[in-house]
Amino acid sequence: MTALIHARDLTKRYGDTVALQDVSIDIHAGECVGLLGPNGAGKTTFLSLVEGLRMPSAGVVRLFGGDPRDAASRTRLGSTPQATALPEALKVREVLEYVAAHYPAPTPRDRIVEEFGLDALLAKQCGALSGGQQRRVAVALAFVGDPALVLLDEPTTGLDVDARRALWDAVRARHAAGCAVVVTSHHLEEIEQLAQRVVVIDGGVVRADGSLAAIVASVARRRVTLTGVGPDEILALDPTASLTVADGTVTAVVGDSDALVRALVTRGCAFSDLSVRGATLEEAFLTLVAPGDSTKGAA
Amino acid sequence: MSTFALTAVHTKYNLLETVRVPIAIIGSIVFPTLAFCLFVLPQRAVTENAEFATAAVSSMVVFAFMSAGLFSVGLDLADQRSKPWAPYLRTLPGSTVARISGLMLATLVIATVAMVPLLIVGGLFTQAHPALPNLLAAIGLVIATAVPSLLIGVLIGTTAGPKAAIAITQVAMFLLAFGGGLFLPPMLFPAWLDTASSFLPIRQAREIVVGAATGTGIPLWAVLGILAWTVVLGVLAVWLFRRDEGRRYR
Repeated sequence: MTALIHARDLTKRYGDTVALQDVSIDIHAGECVGLLGPNGAGKTTFLSLVEGLRMPSAGVVRLFGGDPRDAASRTRLGSTPQATALPEALKVREVLEYVAAHYPAPTPRDRIVEEFGLDALLAKQCGALSGGQQRRVAVALAFVGDPALVLLDEPTTGLDVDARRALWDAVRARHAAGCAVVVTSHHLEEIEQLAQRVVVIDGGVVRADGSLAAIVASVARRRVTLTGVGPDEILALDPTASLTVADGTVTAVVGDSDALVRALVTRGCAFSDLSVRGATLEEAFLTLVAPGDSTKGAA
Repeated sequence: MSTFALTAVHTKYNLLETVRVPIAIIGSIVFPTLAFCLFVLPQRAVTENAEFATAAVSSMVVFAFMSAGLFSVGLDLADQRSKPWAPYLRTLPGSTVARISGLMLATLVIATVAMVPLLIVGGLFTQAHPALPNLLAAIGLVIATAVPSLLIGVLIGTTAGPKAAIAITQVAMFLLAFGGGLFLPPMLFPAWLDTASSFLPIRQAREIVVGAATGTGIPLWAVLGILAWTVVLGVLAVWLFRRDEGRRYR
């Protein structure tokens, strides 16, 4: 069976900057894949190559077995515009019709309206929508063409909790109905909610590609800050810790903060000002050592 | 959906977006008539001579279509390309040609509407009274000969950012309008300028429209010239539009 997305040694350079380096990914029908990585990791560049917006500098990218720059290859593809991109002067109903006109067999409008709760918005001009409403319309547009594959780039950034859950539910329902989904995010939670398989991209290369559980375990980190204890002592307790020291305050990004704290207490270390919180993905990536890359990580 | 049907869709929504900004559409429609009232009407030597007046109205209509092509297409396209909606449209399974054609057709529709008050003023206040067949032929030809201007707009809009496009369009419009004999009738040109001018698509458009309106006949060189321009600019525009990867920053 041909992959919906087939990328081999895909490289994209902008001048001297390498945005994507030798990326190989296959995405098959019905999959739900999270592309996880910090800002500037190359996620959006990867999507722009898959959508045919840009041409690869080297390597191969196929969409439904064809060249993504060929309009016919994009017939079963859905993607989202940036939420702020919607044409301000057009009404939501018109934007839905405008986009639907490009597809041979679009989703009936009533179904889109119901799935994404757009009923009250149809007669409004896009410029009059709130940020959250614009985002809902933008995500709905990805499904207008009744696609077999949708690419969702940071779909719920800036949404409140309720709106985010509603949108996730709508996307999950489409996935359950057989639509493959690729979702990018730098929020672990969003990926956890939607994806079954996760591809971690950082610095333009694929760092990891595996099941959700495996990847989450490898990037989940806690950030422990405390004073009164030297970095050497902490490294002795947890050799995998990633440490920074500023003004006598030690910050340790670790995999198991509970074990570290227990060890500190057991040893009777005179620490103070202890705080523990979940590490951001950026912090976690600094500690994530990719195979064959020993320069990153514990510093 | 066929390219033809999709072109109609793009035309519709381009027009809808334009109409929703009333000041923009009023500006496009009033501008040619206003220019005619200020620059041509005061010259009695022109307005009281049937042939001169017809040529003057024709030239102004050609000018209106040219500036619509350069400004509406060039600046709109540059503006659209700088916004994230344009790359989204490019991810949809539609032909590139349909998108350019939609913008060009919408521009032609507005320019055609803008021609109406100009023709009324010309008919009421000057001696320009072309025979109906001549008038209809001239109207059809001014629309057809506007295509190179629209394509020049596409080239500018596809290669320049919004600010650069304004500067390039203004220079291009001035050179083409003057060189094309729209500001100063070509009969006043020195021989070398007349020869150089005859290679410009605007001069060719002017000769075709004036010839049709006054009934003095359409010169063959102008028809061949403008067809050549249309083909060359069309191929160039489609090629540029296809290889476009959106706005580039350095």
